[in-house]
Amino acid sequence: MKVSVVITLKKDVLDPQGKVIHQTLDGMGFSDIKEIRQGKYFEINIKENDKKKSEEKVEDMCKKLLANLVIEDYKIIGSQ
Amino acid sequence: MNSTVITFPGSNCDRDIDVALKKFGFKNKMIWHDDIELPKSDLVVLPGGFSYGDYLRCGSIASKSKIMKSVIDFAKSGGKVMGICNGFQILVETGLLPGVLLRNKYLEFVCKNVFVKINNKNNSYFKSFKKDILELHIAHNEGNYFCTKEQSKEIADNDQIALYYSDKDGKIDKDNNPNGSLKNIAGIFNKEKNILGMMPHPERMIDPALSGEDGSIFFKNLITDLK
Repeated sequence: MKVSVVITLKKDVLDPQGKVIHQTLDGMGFSDIKEIRQGKYFEINIKENDKKKSEEKVEDMCKKLLANLVIEDYKIIGSQ
Repeated sequence: MNSTVITFPGSNCDRDIDVALKKFGFKNKMIWHDDIELPKSDLVVLPGGFSYGDYLRCGSIASKSKIMKSVIDFAKSGGKVMGICNGFQILVETGLLPGVLLRNKYLEFVCKNVFVKINNKNNSYFKSFKKDILELHIAHNEGNYFCTKEQSKEIADNDQIALYYSDKDGKIDKDNNPNGSLKNIAGIFNKEKNILGMMPHPERMIDPALSGEDGSIFFKNLITDLK
């Protein structure tokens, strides 16, 4: 089963890279952007066919390594 | 006094700290990250560098390496553990110290001498310091200290802030904050004060011909105070 996870910075954490990308796009003429937050995306191919069990395992991985919960949130966005 | 320096793949200040510790009288051993057992130590140092190429988050992969289980046990039983720069990042990733080190606010790698003010001398790391302000070197891309509001209150309540970035007279403000750190924090302790994490490199200030001597004072005091 392939599980997809997105990790993003929490709302109140400064994201200077997102800000710079925002400013650059703004300078290129994309003037209607409100905010950009940069994140990370993982595709985890797991030896498990049960959707629920796969997602539970990935959730555990997020808590223990993939995300730092002081500053980041994780979200499983799909399993197939 | 026995010290141990842990070398991770990508550490690059491990030999500098080895030279510094030996210069001031420590019997130092270098241990590879893949080892399991920690030699008998009065002090364990996690050095600066770019462990595992800073993959995922700085220090995150190193914090899960084999030797870190022993380092965590050692620290939890009251052993003195010091993390400098990348070592500080590793310590926060283990959860031994609160907070995280984010990318520098202005997205620049900062490499320069700074002044830091000692906030708390009631511990083995800064006990014998006569002066309050030190000139040390910093070199990092992710040194922007951040923690949650609850953690911030806790570290203030427990007097866990070790060092602040300041000017040469000890003034702590935005103009003397090189990386955007919360409250100008340059170093923190755990609650019990046996674990210290700091971004500045005292090992780079041990020779007056090359740099300065505030690092020498740090190591001289450290070996005396650990006895």
